[in-house]
Amino acid sequence: MSAAQVRVPAQAKKGEVIEIKTRVTHDMETGLRKDEKGKAIPRLMLKSFVCKYNGTPVFEADFDTSVSANPMMTFFTVATESGKLEFTWTDDNGVQIKEEASISVS
Amino acid sequence: MSRDKKTPGIGRREMLLASAALLAFSKLGGLSSPAQATPADVAEAVKKLAGNAAVKPGKVTLDLPEIAENGATVPLKVSVESPMSDKDHVKAIHIFAEGNPRPTVLSVKIGPRAGKAEFSIRIRLAQTQNVQAVAVMNDGQAFGAKKEVKVTAGGC
Repeated sequence: MSAAQVRVPAQAKKGEVIEIKTRVTHDMETGLRKDEKGKAIPRLMLKSFVCKYNGTPVFEADFDTSVSANPMMTFFTVATESGKLEFTWTDDNGVQIKEEASISVS
Repeated sequence: MSRDKKTPGIGRREMLLASAALLAFSKLGGLSSPAQATPADVAEAVKKLAGNAAVKPGKVTLDLPEIAENGATVPLKVSVESPMSDKDHVKAIHIFAEGNPRPTVLSVKIGPRAGKAEFSIRIRLAQTQNVQAVAVMNDGQAFGAKKEVKVTAGGC
């Protein structure tokens, strides 16, 4: 199972504003919590997200520690042309989680 | 030859010094448990991200529950009135939680390609507090909205 799930309409009219839903499985460990022995749990957060529409970034986000675990996000973009939407989440260590979806625009 | 008898590595004096330094460090906040952000921290974070523009009320709608039973996952929706055209659009939206250890929640970069200046996400709230949204327009103007959320069980 992929860590990320995205929902993009399969078809849209040119110029239509479409809703995109994303969800990614991640603990979003803040580094502020302690385990039962009182030792700090090291920080490991997703720090950024980008959605690219045929290579052009259309929505970008920088996360800080107050974003919940398993972040779910909903946002919008204009359906300009048929093609591919790429979603990339990057964590503190530079590890990336990727997902993509295609859309056909008429 | 007392020098030769001295234990190698860390002696008592060095150990004392090191622990004193550690104590001082922890008092400065390095090792202390997370405190909440001060109003000055929040104001500074807003100023930094809003590009020094005065934040005016209006245009921004912030949707949050009045009472959040679980502070670990509080649904947030923000929308900004804007035609989102090439000439007039929202450039960025920043969310701040005034009572969290780190006041900045997230920053979103959008543009005319978004079509609509709106997004939803789930956030963590440590305690009952004000949540603030600031939208920066392409001409540099900034608009904001604030909402109080009562948190039953904190989640940070």
